[in-house]
Amino acid sequence: MSESGGANANAKKGAGELKVSKIRRGTVIDHIPAGMAPAVLRVLGIDRGVSDIVVMAMNVRSRSLGRKDIVKIENRVIDEETLQRIAIIAPEATINIVEEYQIIKKDRISLPRELHGVLKCPNRYCITNDPQEGVPTLFLCEREKPLELRCHYCEGLVRGEQVELIL
Amino acid sequence: MSDARWPGRDVISIREFSRRDIETVLREAQRIRPNPDLLRGRVMASLFFEPSTRTQLSFASACERLGAGVIGFSDVQSTSQAKGETLADTIRMAERYADVIVIRHRWEGSARLAADVAGVPVINAGDGANQHPTQTLLDLFTIRQYLGRIDGLRIGLVGDLRFGRTVHSLATALTRFEDVSLRLISPPNLRMPESVLRELEGRVDYQEQEALELEGLDVVYVTRIQKERFPDIEEYEKVKGAYVITPPIVREQLREDAVILHPLPRVDEIHPDVDGLPQAKYFEQAGNGVPVRMALLKLVLLGEDGR
Repeated sequence: MSESGGANANAKKGAGELKVSKIRRGTVIDHIPAGMAPAVLRVLGIDRGVSDIVVMAMNVRSRSLGRKDIVKIENRVIDEETLQRIAIIAPEATINIVEEYQIIKKDRISLPRELHGVLKCPNRYCITNDPQEGVPTLFLCEREKPLELRCHYCEGLVRGEQVELIL
Repeated sequence: MSDARWPGRDVISIREFSRRDIETVLREAQRIRPNPDLLRGRVMASLFFEPSTRTQLSFASACERLGAGVIGFSDVQSTSQAKGETLADTIRMAERYADVIVIRHRWEGSARLAADVAGVPVINAGDGANQHPTQTLLDLFTIRQYLGRIDGLRIGLVGDLRFGRTVHSLATALTRFEDVSLRLISPPNLRMPESVLRELEGRVDYQEQEALELEGLDVVYVTRIQKERFPDIEEYEKVKGAYVITPPIVREQLREDAVILHPLPRVDEIHPDVDGLPQAKYFEQAGNGVPVRMALLKLVLLGEDGR
């Protein structure tokens, strides 16, 4: 299995199509909903200070999603908590681990039942928004499609589009 | 029948109450009598970070009638929270002084946080606009007391259905019963929130309307419309007048055995002349706070079999 899925696969099919560089070792996040790659980079904490290669492709053709985004990061294995954050904004994403240009492991992201300290509660009267208390948020996943989460504390139901990540 | 889940149980949200749980509380409240030996030597911490009249007094009364002691406060200014102490730390202190904690706090989710921190049972006496489960249990107790059942009733919720926590909790609790139908009477901008309506779907028949039509209802549950919720004072005045229950409305629209409830305090949504009519049961409802809270204290401290 070569790390040429997604955009590179398209590039093989015809001239003039998008070509995205391979990475030697690291992680490829594929099947990100179109337009969400910048949010994924924010979740990953990637900004101007990063020295490794980061490749972002937006609006690449996809059989399953129509259009999709792809993010490739060299020399980075993504920890579980970061994956949870990515799962909220890109529930269909796949995580490919690359070694020597080959995908050695491919995983679907799955949304955990409990999200600890990942989201901000949109209810401004929720105890998690009391600066004096400083209690980390906890959300329970009530429904995946469409995404609905319930705050463990104020019991408010939060829809996917209302979600605000703690970065 | 013994139920191992009761001793030490927290009472935070009516969402965690099954039909069986509700029935257990109502049955216990029905048969419990003052008994100074039942909870002798126990202490209830009454932590009211927000002012309350009925809830605080009825918890204290329930405690005294069962022989337990009461410690606590009724004003955040007299606590270390005013000096910057976290609620979690206040709870860690209180659990060492008491066998059960009753808490009212303005932040939504504060009672849940207290329950997560405390090793002793915590009873939510109101967390902001979120939950007030003991109020819902006494509402249900009162309905059954006067109508003999809850299944199959036609219940009208009137007034501020958007911000009123008592109507949200009551609506949720009614989904545990059979063939209940709800008439949701409110101004358009104070409709029942979508999240509550979703809970009703498929479980309780409901209709939403603006007009104050009470014909055919077994229970009319009235709530206060809060002036401060309206950006335009004229809009408030228009709506306010439309939701005042007066003696002619009661006589024309309600049967004699129908029941009018209100979580109190009322302002002007029920005319004082209604108080003397047979349907007015809101002061009896407030009085039922005592047996229902006695039942809850007994259940969380001793369990169903505790004597």
